[in-house]
Amino acid sequence: MLHDASILFQIAGIGIIVALIHTILKQMGKEEIAQFATLVGFIIVLLIVVNSLSDLFQQIKSVFLFQG
Amino acid sequence: MDILHIVTLGIVASVLYLILKDLHGSFAFFVVLITSVIILFFVIQQLGAIISLLQSLGERANIDNMYIRTILKIIGIAYIAELGANITKDAGLASVAAKIELAGKVFILLLAIPIITAVIDAILGFLPAV
Repeated sequence: MLHDASILFQIAGIGIIVALIHTILKQMGKEEIAQFATLVGFIIVLLIVVNSLSDLFQQIKSVFLFQG
Repeated sequence: MDILHIVTLGIVASVLYLILKDLHGSFAFFVVLITSVIILFFVIQQLGAIISLLQSLGERANIDNMYIRTILKIIGIAYIAELGANITKDAGLASVAAKIELAGKVFILLLAIPIITAVIDAILGFLPAV
């Protein structure tokens, strides 16, 4: 999962798209839906980041702490 | 992964950060976080070879396995605490970062207790019994 920079572009792309959606929905006057869309995008990105963070911690554990 | 890849990754991440910072602050922070995670991941993958060399050297020198294991644990704690403290500092929570560093130091000292005890025992063994 962590083998190249594609995950970086993924997150940046989600961020740009969510900001776009937020702006458009705000222009249309649907403030609540805009907030909701931002929240959903945030949760998706959080999922990706937490997954890779757990990968890193497992790696550190297996290298330094002897599978502890 | 080459050093060139890592440097390129850092530059790309800074460009993406600059773009995202004005659009949406929290996603920019996620970009920073994931960059640190990726780079540290590859560094630690390479570090495995060095660790195994260290272990084989220690076995050859007949050092107690417990000491090497403690030292490796301390290095691991230092890496994790450093990552957490730096990320937290980037997010603007300097006080939480200081607490994370404090926790890292305390846990390192806690792990070093058996070694300190062994050193004190050795010193006491040198002293003549009064």
